[in-house]
Amino acid sequence: MSGNRILSIDNLRVEARSSVLLDDVSIHVDRGEVLGIIGESGAGKSTLALSSIMLFKAGCVPTAGSIELCGQSLMEMGTAELETIRRTKASYVAQSAAAAFNPFYRLEDQVTEIPAMAQKLTSAQRRRMAVELFEELQLPDPENFGRRYPHQVSGGQLQRAMIAMALINQPDLIIFDEPTTALDVTTQIEVLRLIKKVARTHNCGALYISHDLAVVSQMADRIVVMRNGKMVEQGTTRQLVDKPQTEYAQRLVANQGDGTYASSNGNDTTLLDVSNVDVGYGGVAAVKDASIRFGSGAVLALVGESGSGKTTLARSIAGLQPARTGQIRMRDSLLAPVVEGRSFDQRRLIQYIHQLPDLALNPRQTIRDIIGRPLTYFHGLRGGAADQRLRELMESIELPAAYLDRYPASLSGGQKQRVCIARSLAAKPDILICDEITSALDPLVEESIVKLLTRLIEDEGLSILFITHNLGLALRFSHMTAVMQAGRIVEQGETRSVFETPQSDYTRSLIRAVPQLREGWLDGFSSNAA
Amino acid sequence: MTLFANSPVKSFVVTRVASGLVSIFFISFLVFLGTSMLPGDAANALLGQNATPETVLALRTELGLDQPLPVRYFHWLGNALHGDFGTSLSNSQPVINLLVPRLINSLILAFSAAAIVLPLAVGVGLLAAINRGKAIDTATGSISAIFLSMPSFLIGYLLVFIFAVKLGLFPPLSMVRSSASLPTWISALTLPVLTLVLVAQAHVMKLTRAAVLGVMSSDYILMAETKGIPRNRIILKHALPNALSPIVSICMITMAYLIVDVVVIEAVFNYPGMGKLMVDAVAYRDIPMVLACGVLFSTIFISLNFTADLLAMLVNPRQRLPKKGN
Repeated sequence: MSGNRILSIDNLRVEARSSVLLDDVSIHVDRGEVLGIIGESGAGKSTLALSSIMLFKAGCVPTAGSIELCGQSLMEMGTAELETIRRTKASYVAQSAAAAFNPFYRLEDQVTEIPAMAQKLTSAQRRRMAVELFEELQLPDPENFGRRYPHQVSGGQLQRAMIAMALINQPDLIIFDEPTTALDVTTQIEVLRLIKKVARTHNCGALYISHDLAVVSQMADRIVVMRNGKMVEQGTTRQLVDKPQTEYAQRLVANQGDGTYASSNGNDTTLLDVSNVDVGYGGVAAVKDASIRFGSGAVLALVGESGSGKTTLARSIAGLQPARTGQIRMRDSLLAPVVEGRSFDQRRLIQYIHQLPDLALNPRQTIRDIIGRPLTYFHGLRGGAADQRLRELMESIELPAAYLDRYPASLSGGQKQRVCIARSLAAKPDILICDEITSALDPLVEESIVKLLTRLIEDEGLSILFITHNLGLALRFSHMTAVMQAGRIVEQGETRSVFETPQSDYTRSLIRAVPQLREGWLDGFSSNAA
Repeated sequence: MTLFANSPVKSFVVTRVASGLVSIFFISFLVFLGTSMLPGDAANALLGQNATPETVLALRTELGLDQPLPVRYFHWLGNALHGDFGTSLSNSQPVINLLVPRLINSLILAFSAAAIVLPLAVGVGLLAAINRGKAIDTATGSISAIFLSMPSFLIGYLLVFIFAVKLGLFPPLSMVRSSASLPTWISALTLPVLTLVLVAQAHVMKLTRAAVLGVMSSDYILMAETKGIPRNRIILKHALPNALSPIVSICMITMAYLIVDVVVIEAVFNYPGMGKLMVDAVAYRDIPMVLACGVLFSTIFISLNFTADLLAMLVNPRQRLPKKGN
């Protein structure tokens, strides 16, 4: 063992009551090194990360292997000893800073909690430490930043404050658990650059966990690929990106896309024409003077960062949030602003699919009830005819007909989203509004949903309004792209021309911020560009 | 000072005080309506067996009962706003003079019980949360469930049987004069207070435990664990403050219960409190007394509710402070 070894986990096995969460996992981290861990949800990434400080969810126990942090074996330690290790040797940076900060306390009280417990420093000295870290992490007004409560600062600032909290006890190991997943791409860049800088200057080791291969490839020296609690592959970042050995890793790399655009088969007749629409909540205007249009058989991607008004615009098209001014036309008919004012057929022709199928599916209804309801409501189908149509729909979403009698809880996330798609198809719509429908899914599942939608466009002649914050996905899947910023459409056109010759600065900065596998991509950002 | 000058707290206080006043007016009207629908009226009740149609009619005129309901209501309301709640029909004294001593008695009983039960039950609830699933959690849970499922008068009589009849430590009845000495007061209050403590503890204790454990599954608790904060500190410093809103609410609801909802306990111990006063007033058709009690009870309830919501708001930085910056 070299003297620089910080973490070494050997042959670790972690079990819950009936399942194995980690099976024969061995990783190590040296000083000054970042180890990336990549995998789908449920692959055991977070379990592995937290096991490096001997923290396990209720009901999970390590049953074999060893965990050594800074030369000390954690497996045999008692609670008090482990708490000391966690306070002094390692820090954790969680995914959602908004949830990981205690809403009750000022930021600086949380950031300096560990030094305050140690009682070696005066409160003025502790405050100084925090201010210096806030400064290093480029937080605005570092002297006073810590006086604020978590709900008073933005997501990107909170994430940086959490990194400050992680650094305050000068840890040997920092665990980054999807630290930028909840952030917008442009904010992500800033935070990624800071993490990279911090990992270098503070001379510690780091674990970097993500489901996004491009992000991990920018951050890590070596990468471990996890799947179903097992290590699938490991190697240096370059090895893994350039020559992945296993089939799974090859699919992950290939999924990053090769920059080819979707071929357009849409015709020119305008199907939906939204012109000069304003939508607001109370005194707040969420969408200002927005106009979009697309033809039948086309996919229009609506991209932009969170809070830019994408969902509000989509809801006004569906009549769920009435537009205050402007017109929404479908073919030749003008649509009423509220859904109650629209005809039966107009309502049938626009269907909406939500981001989280768990919230959109009634857990007490079988799949048959869920998909069968629009068949009866819109088409009056019952009995044998309905059954026939249900089977066709299950076939078109590539699920076995036997699933009809299951409940949503027994389906995976991707399968649930397919059920939501089938429920929309049951109405026989012209327009499908897909609101971030893949953003809660793993990359490979996302790809299969997109393939399904692509086939449905051809088979059923659907048009899709595809809302996403994922520009790579918009590039691969859509024919047209509209970019939203602060409630306005800042750019709109064929996807190829939007991505290749963007007209607005905002679109350019968005495109530049999409993480790439290319070596040195992150380092290529000058400090003021981000 | 402009401590809350621009904060959401100010507008909260203004709107809630206004809506509280409206509620009290509305309730006073409902109580007035209710009393007017009671079978028989004060004239009948007062004259009892001796009533002849002529004397009843004369008394009705004298009491103003022959006037239409809205007129009588606004007449009463006008006086009430000047602090005049009328004269008790059953013993001819101003209502307010009868009411105030009883109110003070009720408040003494309620505050003594609250001073014991609130800290005790919150503390035991916390203890149960810290030791979740262990013997002490099961034991406190079972004991509080036993007292929760017993009728309050049964607890009262059991205590009287054990401590007054068998052991002779305390008087079985709690008839006290306000001029009585402190030891007399304490001895008279012990059993009713103990009964109330046993009756009221279960809700506060169980809710404290549930609220703290509910917060324990939050991301910021995991964060505190990764920081190596000991479990007791996590519960007291990280979980409890965020669980305060529901705990404060249940404490205030318990306070309201202790002040106005303890008729049965007052009857068991023959304690001269508000509850007994109002029940007697209804029985004697003492309308001015019933009205005054009704308005007073609703005012207490509404103010405690308001206090609960205000405290819940003050302990929550997200509600207390405006979102600013970014």
